[in-house]
Amino acid sequence: MRIGVITFPGSLDDVDAARAIRLAGADPVALWHADHDLRDVEAVVLPGGFSYGDYLRAGAIAARAPMMRDVIDRARAGMPVLGICNGFQVLCEAGLLPGALTRNSHLHFRNRDQVLAVERADTAWTSAYSTGQRIVIPVKNGEGRYVGSPDDLDRLEGEGRVAFRYVDGNPNGSSRDIAGVTSEDGRVVGLMPHPEHAVEDLTGPSTDGLGFFTSILKAVVDA
Amino acid sequence: MVVDVVLKPEISDPQGQAVLGALGRLGHDGITSVRQGKHFVLEVDGTPDEAELQQIAETLLANPVIEDVELHLTTD
Repeated sequence: MRIGVITFPGSLDDVDAARAIRLAGADPVALWHADHDLRDVEAVVLPGGFSYGDYLRAGAIAARAPMMRDVIDRARAGMPVLGICNGFQVLCEAGLLPGALTRNSHLHFRNRDQVLAVERADTAWTSAYSTGQRIVIPVKNGEGRYVGSPDDLDRLEGEGRVAFRYVDGNPNGSSRDIAGVTSEDGRVVGLMPHPEHAVEDLTGPSTDGLGFFTSILKAVVDA
Repeated sequence: MVVDVVLKPEISDPQGQAVLGALGRLGHDGITSVRQGKHFVLEVDGTPDEAELQQIAETLLANPVIEDVELHLTTD
């Protein structure tokens, strides 16, 4: 099974994302932001980093890249997409996920291992988990504060679209401890913490992140 | 053509608050709030199409989820 990883100018975690996909048993496919060819992938990961140096707003320019037009069209037709950190910012800027990510409330870049509660274990990217499960994966961002108007946040919570919440401390001042959200159909998921950095004992705080990639493998094979 | 972009009032602005804190430390106690934004200057060839500029401001220069935008047409 082919899972694409898009590299933008300034992406950092595309190699780790590809490695996580391989460890889960799928074939990572390198995609370039300026192309218009998704190369027959069945799902896409938008990796972390600082695309375009976070100029204008984090993720804003990458969200308008040529390849993103293809991603948006395919995602609206049901293709699964995972946005991690900068990739989450890109998905919000592209309008595939609600809300926005802004400067951390304390103004510091925060890099640490983070406990998350999985609130939605029925998305294409989270079926390996159970609802309410606690996982530990790294978080590292300067503009990770999830915001929206109170009405929008109420609606999001009412629709059950908060996929992950920070537990044991909110690293960036995100509204209502929101760490990640999902599209209505559970196929587009974005989060600020980094599951691709927690897939091997040697390099991560846990292997809790691997479940994202085994989940998508199962979702596509079952489809 | 000038476009000013600021965070909506309901979105907290920690950078503006940091500036406010610095002003307080410098003795400027009369300043009660600082909101930091972005200021874009666009040069347009020929007669500006206001609708197009509005669209540019609302779809790229500002994120309407978190920011308000103000257009000022200038001629010189």
